[in-house]
Amino acid sequence: MKKVLQKIVPTIVVVVLVLAFLQELLIPKYMTDIIEGAMIEEYYDSEKNHDVLFLGDCEVYENISPCRLWEKYGISSYVRGSAQQLIWQSYYLLEDTLQYETPEVVVFNIMSLMHAGPENEAYNRMTIDGMRWSSAKWNSIQASMTEDENALDYVFPILRYHTRWSELTSEDFTYLFHKDPVTFEGYYLRVDVRPVTHIPEPKRLANYQFADYPMEYLDKMRELCDKKGIELVFVKAPSLFPHWYDEWEAQVDAYAEKYDITYYNFLELAEEIGIDYTTDTYDAGMHMNLSGAEKMSDYIGAKLLEEHGIKDHRNDEAYVSVWEPKVEAYKKAIEDAIAEEAAKKQ
Amino acid sequence: MSFTSYEFILAVAAVLVIYYSIPKRFQWMFLLGASYVLYFSAGPSYLIFISITTLVTYLCARKISSLSKEKTAYLKENKATLDREAKKTYKEGVKKKQRLFLWGALFVDLGLLIGIKYTNFIIENINGIITSVSNMEPISYLDIIMPLGISFYTFQTVGYLVDVYNEKYEAQNNYGKFALFVGFFPQLSQGPISRYNDLSQTLYAEHRFDAKVVSFGLQRILWGYFKKLVIADRVLIGLKTLLAAPEDYPGIYFFVAMMFYAIQLYADFTGGIDITIGIAETMGIKVTENFHRPYFSKNIKEYWNRWHMTMGSWFTDYIFYPISVSGFMLKLSKKARKVLGENIGKRVPVYLATILVWFTTGIWHGASWNFIVWGLANCVVILISQELSPLYTKFHNRFDVEGKLWYKTFCVIRTILLMSALRMFDCYRDVTVTVKMFFSMFTTWNISALWDGSMLALGLNGTDYLIILFGVVLIFVVSMLQRKKQVRERILELPYPVRAAIWLALFVVVLLAGAYGQGYDESSFIYNQF
Repeated sequence: MKKVLQKIVPTIVVVVLVLAFLQELLIPKYMTDIIEGAMIEEYYDSEKNHDVLFLGDCEVYENISPCRLWEKYGISSYVRGSAQQLIWQSYYLLEDTLQYETPEVVVFNIMSLMHAGPENEAYNRMTIDGMRWSSAKWNSIQASMTEDENALDYVFPILRYHTRWSELTSEDFTYLFHKDPVTFEGYYLRVDVRPVTHIPEPKRLANYQFADYPMEYLDKMRELCDKKGIELVFVKAPSLFPHWYDEWEAQVDAYAEKYDITYYNFLELAEEIGIDYTTDTYDAGMHMNLSGAEKMSDYIGAKLLEEHGIKDHRNDEAYVSVWEPKVEAYKKAIEDAIAEEAAKKQ
Repeated sequence: MSFTSYEFILAVAAVLVIYYSIPKRFQWMFLLGASYVLYFSAGPSYLIFISITTLVTYLCARKISSLSKEKTAYLKENKATLDREAKKTYKEGVKKKQRLFLWGALFVDLGLLIGIKYTNFIIENINGIITSVSNMEPISYLDIIMPLGISFYTFQTVGYLVDVYNEKYEAQNNYGKFALFVGFFPQLSQGPISRYNDLSQTLYAEHRFDAKVVSFGLQRILWGYFKKLVIADRVLIGLKTLLAAPEDYPGIYFFVAMMFYAIQLYADFTGGIDITIGIAETMGIKVTENFHRPYFSKNIKEYWNRWHMTMGSWFTDYIFYPISVSGFMLKLSKKARKVLGENIGKRVPVYLATILVWFTTGIWHGASWNFIVWGLANCVVILISQELSPLYTKFHNRFDVEGKLWYKTFCVIRTILLMSALRMFDCYRDVTVTVKMFFSMFTTWNISALWDGSMLALGLNGTDYLIILFGVVLIFVVSMLQRKKQVRERILELPYPVRAAIWLALFVVVLLAGAYGQGYDESSFIYNQF
């Protein structure tokens, strides 16, 4: 028996190491091309002392800058955003975050209510793969999988990415054992400008009622926040498309009113906060660039301090020591990005 | 119950762990339960059909067996008092009763198979006749679900019934054990068609964990997955493109399709059987081999003795021989010899039985004319080569080529090409299209498609072709090595780190180069549909 164990144990160790290495090698790194896939994982490296948590899709991670919120208001916040983050994914990301910290306010972008069910495997993976293992991740997988997907592919990502061996690039080797941050506390920095020239005509929908599935998760999110003593705030980004229908707005309004939830619709507030669609968007009105994001951050930051009881920590050394280096890096990145953009134009 | 689904692989792992964890006397019962659970998961309604077949066969076989026992006891008891004539009369009486139960069970078992598998084919042909000769409304097709593996388990039960009837062995008294023989899950989906006297040797035995046996089984499973996932399912991508629009791919493309299908079918079917035998082997159960390096056959007859062997021997034992020696055939033979002369007359019953066997083989593969034509085409080639065999002998004697390597290679390649061409009836599933495409090889001259990049437009890239080439070469090398000794035995002789590295490397190849998961259509094993 001892002899058998002497053979089997090292064999199992070698097999596990080989498979773990291959899995790490084959998993997409999202470092240079589609960086949205690396956002969720970054949270675990941050200091867990956030008063405000932003949740949602690109309408959050491209529109709110936590570094700006700190710099201007001393607010400690984080954006747990990811591309096409569906509401059930936001809910499980909230559950996941609550394992590490309990923020005072959760700001949720309600655009994802438009999605009635699981839609796209690529986006699922970009949100879920980066989550650490917990019941929240497992439940997020179960809630998000499309018909063609299999939960085991999430448990062992090598099963999903096994064919990537023929398309590996230097990025896969460079970031095999470490990853660089791609955001600033969840904010995706873009300084380029592409003004709005044309707003696509909204399509007529067969049904304007939000589906039961996303509404179920909105209830769960509200109930979880209530249970944990967290204030839930709804926002709608000032994106000009996809179109935000009046019928949708009415449903969110009604829900917010029913449960006494503050709701900021930045489409309506755009003028008040000074959004200029010729300078504040990098893709003709869908997402804000740095200029637009800082205007939005300025507005919501003031509201968080004044109306939602969030504290200014700029005199608290424990916070300052964490945030100052981040802001410095953020500013440096802005300078570099602006210089790069200028170089592109020349 | 797809062998390539994660669920199946996990289920097999769980079965294996439990099988060796429970008291040995419960092992076969657990296997029966596991088989039924897995079969139920493939299709809840399937259980109804397999249960009917199992119950009817069990009861009738028991009755036939008990009549045999009664007969033996009676004859022994009355040995002194019965004269020869009385014994004969008594035996005939018993046989008559037994025949009643045999035919009763065959009627139910084969009736289910024929009813489920062939009703719509019959309707299709009747409709063809009706619409061509009258204005009558065609008959509506029936919405029939075909239970997984019905052809395989029906043939197994028929073989069992006939063997019990012929007193080859006694019927199984334990219903559970018999149900396990019919429904043993690894071989349910694509065979092989096991014989009761073979499978029962190890199926009900108590097995203690033996590391060598289990690891040999796992190695066989891995080899099966390599064939299926790395080769068969990859080749399938190109093959599907060629078959989706035959008119766009004439000439050399037909030849490429022939080769693709030869590789895919071999890797798919033998891979599936490797997995089946491997799973059984991990539990110490010996399932009959179904292939014996068929692509090394030097003629079509030899090929059929080495390809899907359990089906071939089933047709020989339960169709060819019974028909050849039936009263009708003997009478026919006598008459034919009188009318056509000794030389031709003696061939008539053999030919008729052969034609019937190949017709049945064809239709067993699928309820459509392309399979029937495929079966009969095989028959024609076999009969022609049989008739030409004196000529071959003369040729071999005259030129002394029979033992020469180049001649053997020529014969092997000739057989592969011939079988590959015949198989295209199965591939296109349309007799007219197959014939047209076959002749396009001689009328459309587009051989440059092999090197002008056209092959890369079939859904396979350069890496895919390299993997296929690597896979085919590996299978060839393994087949060559296997001629003297099992490759697993050879590997076992190597130092532990080397053999561990070999199996780990194969596992990694399957894991990384296997055509499975997102981006690949999960393809069922070809023989699942039979």
